[in-house]
Amino acid sequence: MAIEESLQPELLLIEPDAPALHYWRDLWRYRELLWFLVWRDVLVRYKQTAIGVLWSLLRPLLAMIAFTLVFGLFAKMPSGEAPYPLLVFAAMLPWNFFANALSESSGALIGNANLLTKVYFPRMIIPLSSVIASLLDFAISLAVMAVIMLWYGVFPTWRVLALPLFLLLACVAATGAGLWFSALNVKYRDFRYVVPFLLQFGLYVSPVGFASAVVPEKWRLFYALNPMVGVIDGFRWALLGLKVEVFWPGIILSTFLSLLLLAGGLRFFRGTEKTMADVI
Amino acid sequence: MSAPAVSVRNLGKKYLLSHQPREQYTALRDVLSDGVASFARRLCRPFAKDERADSVEEFWALQDVSFEIKQGERVGIIGRNGAGKSTLLKILSRITEPSTGSIRIRGKVASLLEVGTGFHPELTGRENIYLNGAILGMRREEIRRKFDEIVQFAEIEKFLDTPVKRYSSGMYVRLAFAVAAHLEPEILVVDEVLAVGDAQFQNKCLGKMEEVGREGRTVLFVSHNMGAIHKLCDRAIWLESGQLLESSDTDTVVQKYLSSAFPGQSTRQFPVRSDKAAQVLQVRLLNGEHQESTEFGLGEEPCVEVRYLLNRELTGIHVACIVTTVQGVHAFSTADTDTNAQLFEARPAGEYVSWVRLPMKDFNSGIYHVAIGIGIPGVQILDRQEALSFTVHDTGGFGTLKEGARRAGLLVFEVPWHLREKT
Repeated sequence: MAIEESLQPELLLIEPDAPALHYWRDLWRYRELLWFLVWRDVLVRYKQTAIGVLWSLLRPLLAMIAFTLVFGLFAKMPSGEAPYPLLVFAAMLPWNFFANALSESSGALIGNANLLTKVYFPRMIIPLSSVIASLLDFAISLAVMAVIMLWYGVFPTWRVLALPLFLLLACVAATGAGLWFSALNVKYRDFRYVVPFLLQFGLYVSPVGFASAVVPEKWRLFYALNPMVGVIDGFRWALLGLKVEVFWPGIILSTFLSLLLLAGGLRFFRGTEKTMADVI
Repeated sequence: MSAPAVSVRNLGKKYLLSHQPREQYTALRDVLSDGVASFARRLCRPFAKDERADSVEEFWALQDVSFEIKQGERVGIIGRNGAGKSTLLKILSRITEPSTGSIRIRGKVASLLEVGTGFHPELTGRENIYLNGAILGMRREEIRRKFDEIVQFAEIEKFLDTPVKRYSSGMYVRLAFAVAAHLEPEILVVDEVLAVGDAQFQNKCLGKMEEVGREGRTVLFVSHNMGAIHKLCDRAIWLESGQLLESSDTDTVVQKYLSSAFPGQSTRQFPVRSDKAAQVLQVRLLNGEHQESTEFGLGEEPCVEVRYLLNRELTGIHVACIVTTVQGVHAFSTADTDTNAQLFEARPAGEYVSWVRLPMKDFNSGIYHVAIGIGIPGVQILDRQEALSFTVHDTGGFGTLKEGARRAGLLVFEVPWHLREKT
């Protein structure tokens, strides 16, 4: 390997508007850095918060209790045949992952400004690493979900095999939005005030505290314009077995929109990337 | 003859400067309100020229720079602040894209624009070695292989598992440089990283860089330290206002740079910049009668007056004056805290004037160069300006040998000799 390299010195050409192909090749070359950054984010996260792991356990549990009380007990919303807390927690899983990944990745470029101005690497690695690092919290919550399901005596069917697909869909949506937001954050410094608001808003318009079946039939397709609707429906379908009905056209629409979001995010990010080090 | 390691052709970098009184960063709020305002203006006066377009000016940080560097050559890049050195390095390191021209680089490049990039204070020394190594482009396998060597070089064995936030600044810098020093690129691009750390460590770094050079690797080195450039580089490139002024052997370029820098100028002003915590505003050279001068006689002691500005309260800083010879030899340096350690305490924001009499009684005739730096010793340079040059003239007295030749050496002393016996 080393001999090969010395025989064939690589030629690097730096010029305005380098071809995109080089970029994707570099992204692959720097994959190790991606893992190192994920590892750093995870390490720092659990070192800084003394109750790190406990916190990532408590947050979804408390939210689950609140939603169950408000929507299930007081508002008496339908939950199909599934116990209300399970319905909520199955939705909290992808939603919390999405919200974490998005808020972490949108601030990631600014947070790593010192890296951006001193070293070259494909900048996309930074928001990507934030999304991947958020998967750890997701894994912890998934374990909690397993315990709650045992408690209620609900066992997953073969459908649980589809869970990774829906997780992938959540990753696509989070990465797409993360690329948009992180680049916008560099461009416009006050954009960071918009992100928490959007996430707050998203929590209410996504079917986290209630089943999406409560949305009137004629609005269902419109409702699925929110990419997280498909993901949440998918998670409930995969985890809670036959007890929850799904609206497949909605999931297909959500998937399509997530992919569109990702494609747009990639394009926009690549466009701003050129001047990132100059304006950050 | 092999192909050049680096070949730069017609390189240019353009920045857009906005003349509008704006905040430091673009705010979405401003963009939206400006957009609404200009839309409204257009509605009211559809044919009026948009004055806003005029308020943006192009600024070429680099323009039409071309040069080649051969395999194994060590090249120093010199020039005053703002001459485009940093921009050149940033383009070479691919941090920013050029606006025109191209660079062809043959071989694996590593660039060190800073030591300790990406160090995380919460992580331990061990963890930071891996992280920093990866950021600088090393493979995990490579870091593992060199790990012990890095730890030894940094002399931090005992603190390997301590978070680096508990390190002293010296240890921090040593660790950071140690990682960087163990990169094995074919082409190394270095920016003033040697400006940190104590003298002993700086020497160690210089030694390491020399070693890299001897191994036949190509080195590009930017520094204000003419002595270091002299020691390390075979060739130097002098940039001025974004253009290449001179590219030749180190001796020639450094001499020209230092002597032509500010001929006959006894006072220099520097524009106020709000982005710096501390900055030199004005430097004056005065003679014994407190008059401005750049010409001194042998045995005279020039006086340097520095006017500087602190934009905020700073603790632990010193203001230093560095004297170098025209050959780039670092003659001596002195700081205002040397005889008054109380100055290390907090200095409130504001303008200050201090002066120092340079102890040059025993210095030989020649051209000397004064640089002024403000910084936290061993940690950070806040501002540094190559300020002025002055000439010490041989007044025909002791400095001249009988034959009218200049006595050799940096210093001149009248030393009595004793004749023991004559046989």
